[in-house]
Amino acid sequence: MKKLFSRPGSLTAKGNLYCPGCGHGIVHRLIAEVIDELGIRERTIGVAPVGCAVFAYDYWNFDVTEAAHGRPPAVATGIKRVLPDRVVFTYQGDGDLAAIGTAETVHAANRGENITIVFVNNGVYGMTGGQMAPTTLIAQKTATTPLGRDPKIAGYPIKISEALGQLEGSFYIERVAVNSPKNTVKAKKAIKKAFQTQIDNKGFSLVEVLSMCPTGWEVNPIEALKWVEEKMVPTFPLGVIRDKT
Amino acid sequence: MGEGAIKAGCQAYFGYPITPQNEITAYMARRMAEEGGVFIQAESEIAAINMVFGASLAGARAMTSSSSPGISLKQEGISYMVGCELPGVIVNIQRGGPGLGNISGAQGDYFQATRGGGHGDYYSIVLAPASVQEMYDLTREAFDLADKYRNPVILLADGILGQMLEPTNIGKENSASVLDIKKDWILDGCKGREPRMVRSLLMDEGELEKHNWKLNNKYEKMKTSEVKVETDKLEDAEVVLIGYGTSARICAEAMEIARKRGINVGLIRPITLWPFPEKVVSENAERLKAFLVIEMSLGQMVEDVRLATNGKCPVYFYGRPGGGIPEVDIIVDTIERIIR
Repeated sequence: MKKLFSRPGSLTAKGNLYCPGCGHGIVHRLIAEVIDELGIRERTIGVAPVGCAVFAYDYWNFDVTEAAHGRPPAVATGIKRVLPDRVVFTYQGDGDLAAIGTAETVHAANRGENITIVFVNNGVYGMTGGQMAPTTLIAQKTATTPLGRDPKIAGYPIKISEALGQLEGSFYIERVAVNSPKNTVKAKKAIKKAFQTQIDNKGFSLVEVLSMCPTGWEVNPIEALKWVEEKMVPTFPLGVIRDKT
Repeated sequence: MGEGAIKAGCQAYFGYPITPQNEITAYMARRMAEEGGVFIQAESEIAAINMVFGASLAGARAMTSSSSPGISLKQEGISYMVGCELPGVIVNIQRGGPGLGNISGAQGDYFQATRGGGHGDYYSIVLAPASVQEMYDLTREAFDLADKYRNPVILLADGILGQMLEPTNIGKENSASVLDIKKDWILDGCKGREPRMVRSLLMDEGELEKHNWKLNNKYEKMKTSEVKVETDKLEDAEVVLIGYGTSARICAEAMEIARKRGINVGLIRPITLWPFPEKVVSENAERLKAFLVIEMSLGQMVEDVRLATNGKCPVYFYGRPGGGIPEVDIIVDTIERIIR
């Protein structure tokens, strides 16, 4: 019998601890599939973030470290500059990448660091209990915006990918989503292109993935899929933001 | 210090401008390019120390340097490096504080350096050079110690030493030990081996406590094996001066003047501030009239001297904070008052 579907070699057999309906498991798997397909498992080094995905190192079957909150791009820079022939990527959430680590992100992009960032945007701090993220939508209720995010008090959802797209050092930036099979296929394609960009020594690549956090949004997993489409996409439109290919 | 690092085989340097240590960053920009090493002027001290983290993780000998306010920013990264057992060398050319303070030489960061500095329960070896030669020699040695213990090593100098010009003997050869150290813990891709992970998050029941006890074994080894101290004229001393770095040079001058006036004064100069050379202090405590501790601060190392003497002899202190330099005349007068 022909085997049609199995666990990618770049994923461990460990079952993940994410909430039902969470997008992290999908994104972890997409990265693992891409690494398998590119044949780079044995020369890839991942940098896990602080946040829900801090345990990513348990799920990936290649070398992984964990950086302080917001610092993955600096850690990845150090690794990549010492080992330029390895593939180095960071996996970061919205708080990690677009709040506490904004400086590290912007300057890694601006230096044109030949690294890849997979940026998971679910508009909320999941691990700490559903506080406002830099990407929380206007009027979205969180633990720290109980009346909804008011731009007068808390500013606007930050479009960091568009901002990074303005930098000369950025080579490839795309925003995708994992809320439907169709979008997930596109997301994988973008992640693969980002890794290929690095393999080809072209420079900084980033894929922003709109992802579900039913627990943080206080909706059920099915509603969360629609939530991405109806609420997030209007603020964070999908598509290529920068491509110097 | 830059050349000492290069001779020690430093392959990656990450810095951010701050006075009075800019000479190191500029020197490394030029020399790392010549040596084919990695140099990045980072966007912040926080980024610089995290680049050191990454470079060290990838197996390179890595260094960063800064001055007091910048070292505060690096504390997060240093704590993570200790937790992850990553070697690295951090240079602090101390300036006046608190806050932005001033750019004069000072010794106000002793507590920060010798008590871990960042969050959590840890120590790093702290080396305190007192001359340009020693800045070179101890920088070389710092890389070996960092690799030996898989722990960051702090070089604690000050703005006066940082601006000093002195003849220095620079060895031609790179440290042999660079070649001898096998790093079987680095992340360089899992070719031909099981994947590794390097982390400091240890959430399982009892896991972190176990890890911290393991780290403690390293600290205990450092305490028994790595103490460095210079002593002078302790044999007949009634009063012993204790100072490190620039303060030790001032103490040496005060000792000579006091001896010319007929007072038997000795000198203890800690070279490792952590581990602190407590043995030489405690061994001499019972027979001395007093210790006099001299610092360019409100008094920090004096606490370690008091702990080491354990009440067996009086401990006096004279220091000046905020960039003030202890005066030789005042030290000698103080010694005379102690004797009387």
